[in-house]
Amino acid sequence: MASLKELSKRQELLSPGHRACVGCGAALAIRQVLLAAQKVPVVASCCTGCLEIFTSIYPFSAWRIPWFHNAFENSAATASGMEAAYRALKRTGKFTKDVRFIAFGGDGGTYDIGLQSLSGAMERGHRMLYVCYNNDAYMNTGIQRSSSTPRGMHTTTSPAGTVIPGKQQNRKDLTEIMVAHNIPYVAQTEPAHWQDLNNKVERALDTDGPTFINIYAPCQLGWGYPPEDTMPLLRLAVETCFWPVYEVVDGKYKVNIKPKEKKPVVEFLKPQARFRHLFAPKNEHILDELQAEIDSRWESLLAKEALSQAGPKT
Amino acid sequence: MAAKLKAMTGNEAMAEAMRQINPDVVAAYPITPATEVVQIFAGFVADGLVDTEFVAVESEHSAMSACIGAAVAGARAITSTASQGLALMYEMLYIAAGLRLPIILAEVNRSLSGPLNIHCDHSDTMGASYTGWIQLFSENAQEAYDGMFQAVRIAEHPDVLLPAMVTTDGFIISHGMEAMQVIGDAEVKKFIGTYTPKHRLLDTDDPRTVSPALLQDSFFEFKRVESEAMRKAKDVVVAVGQEFGKTFGRAYGLFEPYHLEDAEVAIVVMGSTAGTAKVAIDELRAKGQKVGMLKLRCFRPFPYVELAGALKHLKVLGVMDRSDTFSSFGGPVFNEIRSALYDEPKKPVTLNTIYGLGGRDINVGDIKGFFENLLRVAGSGKTDGLVSYLGVRE
Repeated sequence: MASLKELSKRQELLSPGHRACVGCGAALAIRQVLLAAQKVPVVASCCTGCLEIFTSIYPFSAWRIPWFHNAFENSAATASGMEAAYRALKRTGKFTKDVRFIAFGGDGGTYDIGLQSLSGAMERGHRMLYVCYNNDAYMNTGIQRSSSTPRGMHTTTSPAGTVIPGKQQNRKDLTEIMVAHNIPYVAQTEPAHWQDLNNKVERALDTDGPTFINIYAPCQLGWGYPPEDTMPLLRLAVETCFWPVYEVVDGKYKVNIKPKEKKPVVEFLKPQARFRHLFAPKNEHILDELQAEIDSRWESLLAKEALSQAGPKT
Repeated sequence: MAAKLKAMTGNEAMAEAMRQINPDVVAAYPITPATEVVQIFAGFVADGLVDTEFVAVESEHSAMSACIGAAVAGARAITSTASQGLALMYEMLYIAAGLRLPIILAEVNRSLSGPLNIHCDHSDTMGASYTGWIQLFSENAQEAYDGMFQAVRIAEHPDVLLPAMVTTDGFIISHGMEAMQVIGDAEVKKFIGTYTPKHRLLDTDDPRTVSPALLQDSFFEFKRVESEAMRKAKDVVVAVGQEFGKTFGRAYGLFEPYHLEDAEVAIVVMGSTAGTAKVAIDELRAKGQKVGMLKLRCFRPFPYVELAGALKHLKVLGVMDRSDTFSSFGGPVFNEIRSALYDEPKKPVTLNTIYGLGGRDINVGDIKGFFENLLRVAGSGKTDGLVSYLGVRE
């Protein structure tokens, strides 16, 4: 487990000076991922989106690792080709070094348009870590709803109107979909718990097989909060169980952070403009629905953990 | 060098060529009528006959995405597809070309839906003709087999560095058995050489950012250079085709003239129809008709100067298109041939016929019928319109 002091001595593989907004959760997340990816050199693929744009506008690059952007929906398929090339070139002696692969994608590029590509790559067993930086909407194109967008959120394609108050559907649970792929390592984390994030990335990269980490990454522009509040907001997401921090190792669940006192979800929602309309009296039922969804998912997660710890019956 | 004679289908020939090329990565997905290429190759992998990492992807989009990832990483990558599969790759075809990756695609020409049809026409390949890929058509399995090796050399040539597709006609070539000259593995290896990319993404000591976002100040220059690479590819297609001829006894060019030099009336065709047309021309020649053909092999790059030179002496030219543009102005080959002839002071009356969509049979009689129309125009100087449809119930 790396200390803050140790992490501070590591090489910054995402250089400063990129074009992310102040307080960008994705930039913080990716910086931390790369701080954890230093044991074996990494090569990355990246889907189209904020991360690609703010790090790469020609002739500048913030990447101090080999990095390749292909298209929007195929970060995983691209990385699978890179990993296949690596295997073939190593087998024939044309390349000799050890390299690890990371595929990056936002929630749009992962939950939605890239889901097939991700599912295929995971099923095929390529040794790669897929990192989804999840900011709950298509932020690069201007805050449109994705299947990661929570119920009630105002986006530009699920606007809080006079008749329809924001997104009408619950979030897709992509992390559980990845668990259902029976891959050796699946996790959820966020950059406010930097040690947890660091441990998970290190563990995933050490795993000989496909791994997936879903990292919650606030977007101050799309969520509507002061940029200095990114980290406090993430802590609230965890303390309200809106974003549980857990991992599934070889099918066994472990909830890494259990809030001593589970806070009501409104404490996470209230500071954000994207949920402001839910606090109007006529929309308060949506708050109840959100709380019920979060409670149900949290209970289900704890039950899965308990089942994992109980182990198989003999 | 003793060449071996073997009976093979077009798909077997393409798969055999892939075995002999022994690429680093093959990422592919099944689709009729190209499926066999993939499954025969998977057999080679299962039997340890190749060093290839075979990625059985979940779609053609991922097939091309994985090939692009592999090529960026520094590998020689090949895929195979047809029809809807090529259409699903469409977005990625542009990226493969724009990133200057010499990926090879064994393409089996098939119609595009809808309605659904699994048989031959050229709609799929023509739809990809603006993507920046080199496109080589084949009259038969032998040409497809030979074309695969040449495609590797053309695509990887430092003046070119563009992806290339070698095409056969669905079922007509892909599933038709023919006697073929097969080249020895060692000779193939020598002819194609080894692939040494200028840079491999895997080189973590020299980390590069590949395919960043480009804005108004720089994007155009990259596309201009890509365009220039395609222009230069023409000479490379010719040089590699000649070298192949010297080495293996079967020379290739941009196109093949058939009784064209002294012809007054001729047709332009691509793919398997050329074989049928040769019989029709022989029969008409036997009756004293001065007819001929230009079999266009290299559609991309489009050799407009050479084509104009070879066709300008004709009285009447009939371009046969196995796809429609639905523009109301004929097929794609017709449009480009007609444009190529535009600046010639003396040029033929150039007509178009669209034929064989969805695998509609084209026989010697059909082609002779088309020639008769062209001869009638040559005699009377009058046409019934530029574009006709051959062998369809109106």
